[in-house]
Amino acid sequence: MNKPIRTMAIGCLALFLALLVNSTYLQYLQADDLNSRNDNKRVRDAEFSRERGAILVRGNSVAESVPVDDQFEFQRRYPQPLKFAHLSGFYSYTYGRNAVELTQNDILSGSDPRLFVNRVVDMFGNTQPKGGDVSLTIDPQAQTAAFEGLRDLGGPGIKGSVVALDPSTGAILAMASSPSYDPNALSSHKLSEISDAWKQLNNDPNRPMLNRGVQEVFPPGSTFKLVTAAAALSSGQYTPQSMVPGGATLDLPLTDRDLPNDSGGSCGGERVTLTTALEVSCNVAFGHLGMEIGDDALREQAEKFGFGDRYLDDLNGQAESRFPTDPDEPQLAYSAIGQFDVAATPLQMAMVSAGIANGGTVMKPYLVDEIRSPNLDVLDKANPEPYREAVSSSVARDLTQMMIEVVDNGTGATAQIPGTKVAGKTGTAQTSADQNPYAWFVSFAPADDPEVAVAVLIEDAGVSRDAISGSGLAAPIAKRVMEAVMNQ
Amino acid sequence: MAVNPLSGFTHRRRRGAELFLIVLSLLVGIGAYAAVGLGVEGTIPANIVGYGAWLAVLVVACHIVVRMTAPYADPVLLPVVAALNGLGLATIYRIDLAELAQNEDANTFSTDQLIWMTLGVALFVAVLVLLRDHRRLQAFTYTSGLAAIVLLLLPLMPVLGTEINGARIWINIGPMSFQPGEIAKVLLVIFFAGYLVLHRDALALAGRRVIGIDLPRGRDLGPILVMWMVSLGILVFQRDLGSSLLFFGLFLVMLYVATERPGWLVVGGTLFAAGAYVGYLLFSHVEARVGAWLDPFGSEYDSYQIVQGMYGQAWGGLVGRGFGQGDPTLIPFSYSDFIVAAIGEELGLTGVMALILLYGLIVERGLRTALVCRDAFGKLVATGLAVVFALQVFVVVGGVTKLIPLTGLTTPFLSYGGSSLVANWAIIALLLRISDQARRPLPELSGPTEDDATQVVMIR
Repeated sequence: MNKPIRTMAIGCLALFLALLVNSTYLQYLQADDLNSRNDNKRVRDAEFSRERGAILVRGNSVAESVPVDDQFEFQRRYPQPLKFAHLSGFYSYTYGRNAVELTQNDILSGSDPRLFVNRVVDMFGNTQPKGGDVSLTIDPQAQTAAFEGLRDLGGPGIKGSVVALDPSTGAILAMASSPSYDPNALSSHKLSEISDAWKQLNNDPNRPMLNRGVQEVFPPGSTFKLVTAAAALSSGQYTPQSMVPGGATLDLPLTDRDLPNDSGGSCGGERVTLTTALEVSCNVAFGHLGMEIGDDALREQAEKFGFGDRYLDDLNGQAESRFPTDPDEPQLAYSAIGQFDVAATPLQMAMVSAGIANGGTVMKPYLVDEIRSPNLDVLDKANPEPYREAVSSSVARDLTQMMIEVVDNGTGATAQIPGTKVAGKTGTAQTSADQNPYAWFVSFAPADDPEVAVAVLIEDAGVSRDAISGSGLAAPIAKRVMEAVMNQ
Repeated sequence: MAVNPLSGFTHRRRRGAELFLIVLSLLVGIGAYAAVGLGVEGTIPANIVGYGAWLAVLVVACHIVVRMTAPYADPVLLPVVAALNGLGLATIYRIDLAELAQNEDANTFSTDQLIWMTLGVALFVAVLVLLRDHRRLQAFTYTSGLAAIVLLLLPLMPVLGTEINGARIWINIGPMSFQPGEIAKVLLVIFFAGYLVLHRDALALAGRRVIGIDLPRGRDLGPILVMWMVSLGILVFQRDLGSSLLFFGLFLVMLYVATERPGWLVVGGTLFAAGAYVGYLLFSHVEARVGAWLDPFGSEYDSYQIVQGMYGQAWGGLVGRGFGQGDPTLIPFSYSDFIVAAIGEELGLTGVMALILLYGLIVERGLRTALVCRDAFGKLVATGLAVVFALQVFVVVGGVTKLIPLTGLTTPFLSYGGSSLVANWAIIALLLRISDQARRPLPELSGPTEDDATQVVMIR
């Protein structure tokens, strides 16, 4: 009987080896996956009772952990909740994390490899490990200008967004979205309060938790004419002085409808220069241009600015800006003036403006400037990197000059800043007959040595239809933000 | 000179080695208890002296009884068991403290478990003292079989049996509940061994030869079919997947060892696979277990327990959080079926590997005993006990670590549970008894030698 007993011994050995291998897989190889699952209460509890790092804006915290006397020992606080809600995000026991609290969680919670040395020191010193700090690129004055600019349009019902970039680095200087919300309510330690706040925020038709700067796309309207103009100039067949059709309507092929100008009248003659066409935001001229250069060239130009891509790593839920595939001729004419199925995030339009301001090079946008250890050593600093070469420097120069004309002599006059040359472009995007149009303004300043590029979108300001225009609603906010940056 | 004819050398007693290992095992048990106190409350538990003394008395008593009644027994088994039992007690104490921290009226188990361990040790001593030769058990072959069946049927009795967590495998005696299947396990091993020793020749007769494997004759299939139906009955009426698998696997292995015919494994394996598959199709509780195993993070089946167990073990990582630093209350039944997950969380992969190796040592020592045992009955009993132990460890640890679908079985010597602990101590006593017989030098043969030439006897 010894032979089968030996066989059984080998069988048992196989069983126990399988157990050993499987335990190793579970506790070593699979452990990280399991630990990072959202419903893992263990990891969450441990994180909650650790002193989480702060989110800083120029040294002041916009999110911080303060000691409290309950089971978690620390409470997350947001000192300026409404102004920074969409950037800091929330840190909720029940609903997880959002925005920088989410994307920089490893640093804030202290589990990032860059904090390894600190953890080892804490372990030997027998002190509770602390998370590292995250410092944002935000300029507090610009953020305040953006936030208050939206608010001053008429209270919390305003729907809109402001994004400001440093054209030479891609650093996000301001990003405001309205309506906003209070992340303190979601980060409470009272579970019923959290779920009440969550339900209320999610049932709000204005969707206050949505960051309109990056998480939603809107038809960019006439601000997209910058992209069309860039494509036309890059094709080599046009200069700012090229003559283009400037009549009252553009005859669209395949249909009996015509494309009119916003004003209803002509753009100042049957033939106008490209510069004039941009100055007065001439639909007829740009619809014609779009059909001339074709949808492929337009799409390619849009993609060089970042359409169809996600490029911001520091915030979650980024929406992709888009240019329609395969439009027919009338659709192409509408696409060329930023209507039909063209849609862009305010960040995307700020990047168009910043790319032109930066001599044609679009920089990769970023929000996190520095990572610091709990004892304030800088562990990592953002490195500005070029994203794409959108246009040549000569085309950028031409576009800049044309945009200056828009502000000096055209639709963008409300953005003028005494003593500083401002380059800009207005936009008013029709959506549907029963909905108010969107007001846009994109700009940068000073035009000869740009410090800031801005995009402003007003989705709904609660004003009557004919009071809505890019120059009336959006441009003054852009001006305020540019001034805030330049006055430092 | 007495010589073991099988291995060609004489086994030494090695009782000193056993005592040394026992001291180490007590260090593990009492050290773990102290570590729990330090980890949870920051101080060594106040009753450490009394507790440690009691644990030491129990284990040393076992050692002395072994020294007196089974001096040649295997020296490793008892220390390994003492270490496992000590670690289990400390872990249950740890989980008690965690439950009490959340709810002052929570049920605690560590005191009960220590009482059960005392009873287990008493049974261990009784077996070694009363049973001086394991071959006497062969006389109780059919008595054991009958008793096992009665024990298995008891939970199905209307008043006596109770259903806990979906499985009807408990009986109530006064205030206590008891799992008769654990005792039946030992009795079944004795019954199978006795039966197979008598009938192995008939069962070993080959029938048809298919793809190089000798399949048994149809008329010899009787016993295996009966056992198959008993296993299925347990699965259907008691809803106990683990025991069903355990008993049938045990029977198959013993049949194979007795007849030396792998054909039985093929027949039995096929029968089991068919039964399990039909069970999966017909019974929702089997389907739920398999579903939760295949897709623990899906929402279709209730997989909360297995997922929490996995989270706990992942949180433990390589070296564990340390006693008192984890959160075992998150895992349902962390004091019984899922105690390995609780250990994985606080002692880490290192701790779990040590446990698996300790279990492996017990199985290895059991099979080694079977190899050197001189009689067929002893071989079969030792193999059966070792294999049933291995299967149980595999089924429960494999279930908790999501290697196989989860089935409700206790973790030997670790889990809270009186019947299991007592039965496992009895298993160890039987193994020690057989190993004592196996390793004992053959008695001096007092046959005639040349010096003792036939004497001429004057009768007148």
